[in-house]
Amino acid sequence: MGYKAKFRVWRGEGGEGGLEDFVVEVNEGEVVLDVIHRLQATQAPDLAVRWNCKAGKCGSCSMEINGKPRLGCMTRMSTFSEDETITVTPMRTFPVIKDLVTDVSFNYQKAREIPSFTPPDNVKPGEYRMQQIDVERSQEFRKCIECFMCNNVCHVIRDHEENKPAFAGPRFLMRIAELDMHPYDVADRKDSAQEEHGLGYCNITKCCTEVCPEHIKITDNALIPMKERVVDRKYDPLVWLGNKIFKRPGSSASK
Amino acid sequence: MTQTTAGRPTGEPAQRKQRAQITARTLRTDRWWLAPAITFAALASFLVYGLWAIFDKSYFVEPYIAPFSSPCLATSCPEGARFLGLAPFGDWWTLPPGILILGLPAGFRLTCYYYRKGYYRAFWLSPPACAVAEPHKKYTGETRLPLIIQNIHRYFFYGAVLIALVLTWDAVLALRDEHGAWGHFGLGTLILWINVVLIWSYTLSCHSCRHITAGRLNHFSKHPLRYKMWTFVSKLNRRHMLLAWLSMYSVMLADLYVRLVAKGIINFPLA
Ligand code: SF4
Ligand code: SF4
Ligand code: FES
Ligand code: FES
Repeated sequence: MGYKAKFRVWRGEGGEGGLEDFVVEVNEGEVVLDVIHRLQATQAPDLAVRWNCKAGKCGSCSMEINGKPRLGCMTRMSTFSEDETITVTPMRTFPVIKDLVTDVSFNYQKAREIPSFTPPDNVKPGEYRMQQIDVERSQEFRKCIECFMCNNVCHVIRDHEENKPAFAGPRFLMRIAELDMHPYDVADRKDSAQEEHGLGYCNITKCCTEVCPEHIKITDNALIPMKERVVDRKYDPLVWLGNKIFKRPGSSASK
Repeated sequence: MTQTTAGRPTGEPAQRKQRAQITARTLRTDRWWLAPAITFAALASFLVYGLWAIFDKSYFVEPYIAPFSSPCLATSCPEGARFLGLAPFGDWWTLPPGILILGLPAGFRLTCYYYRKGYYRAFWLSPPACAVAEPHKKYTGETRLPLIIQNIHRYFFYGAVLIALVLTWDAVLALRDEHGAWGHFGLGTLILWINVVLIWSYTLSCHSCRHITAGRLNHFSKHPLRYKMWTFVSKLNRRHMLLAWLSMYSVMLADLYVRLVAKGIINFPLA
């Protein structure tokens, strides 16, 4: 059954703007993105919103719905009561271009700062032999659709713009963990995770995990294990001593 | 130049690169304050109880010893309460003997990844809930003193294993009656055993334990045994939060129970 819903949508350009009220028709089975599209079609033709797949797989339609980071295309209208006012705003952590569209280039910049997969010199393409159990852990991280809601919700940069240069955000700390766990990656990622990408800023309060639409256990399976690996390298005198005494040939690839 | 707005084509006017100006601290409409409030109350009540228990003297009654005061390592401990009959700290220690070992379990829980989440949110409001602004002007997380010390958690894990062993021994001794004859099984024995199982589950589900078993390896296939252990610990680890709460309350209730028996407040047969 259709009904009229109350919407408040943030509208503006380059930061300046405010919440605008709308009353808009909602039909059974619709998601928030459908309603935004109806607003575009009927009342606000210049309302900007980014989307592509409408299937929760492209990561384009990240926005904040009633204050929570959500994918517009995966948030069913049936989760709200009919008399509730639904507030839709752009992601807070990134500069806004127009209306619900933010400039997420912070994330591309951070992605570029991480050295890519680095195999050992003596292994040629085609010679990689990996067992499923060796790559299983990092396969979870590859479910990421790059919606950047985890980086958006993380208080380290959401509440502290000044931390942006020092902190890669959960999405890319997870990328570092993925590479560090890779059986064939020989690059040193532990020192740089801590020194250059700001792993220490994370206080494991798990908001990234809470908002991830792919339900990746970012904190438990990537960030905390990575913190433990950094402890091995930097803060654990016993491991340090053990490595000195039993210097094993080969590097992390032989572990 | 900051990197915060890098990547856009040049020539953008500066004011276009701002966040949406929203002054509200959060636009969340659910009861986001409920979870941190409950955590706050639960942790605070535990601290209050702990403070009382440490100075309470009735921590021993044959065959039970209260978990907060075990192992008992000073001469001031009653004969039967001394761990393996020893009193390595001698008689110069005049404070309650529980204080001697308090640091291990307290440090373990204080640096635990789950409790950190709990008190960073509930006590330090950093952040109080997701997408709710924190009140602090500056934030450096665990990058410097004092919070960088959280990285010693794994040493507390080793200590916690020792404590769990001691509590297991206490539970074994609780299978004797007050005259030292085996075969006793009172309500106290049951409570101590439930507590020991929960303490072990919590301890083994620790993230540091997960790392030590095999998390630090990149080739699970070369270490089948360690991989098995890791798989087991990972299963427990998924319930780490639940186990943290259950074991915290079980140790508190077990402790309280023994003290009530010792005080004679609980005194039915097979108590
Ligand atoms: S767990 Fe760490 S990375 Fe994730 S949101 Fe919290 S502080 Fe940020
Ligand atoms: S990890 Fe999850 S929340 Fe973060 S960008 Fe990927 S899919 Fe989005
Ligand atoms: S439009 Fe692709 S995830 Fe929503
Ligand atoms: S005890 Fe919680 S992570 Fe170690």
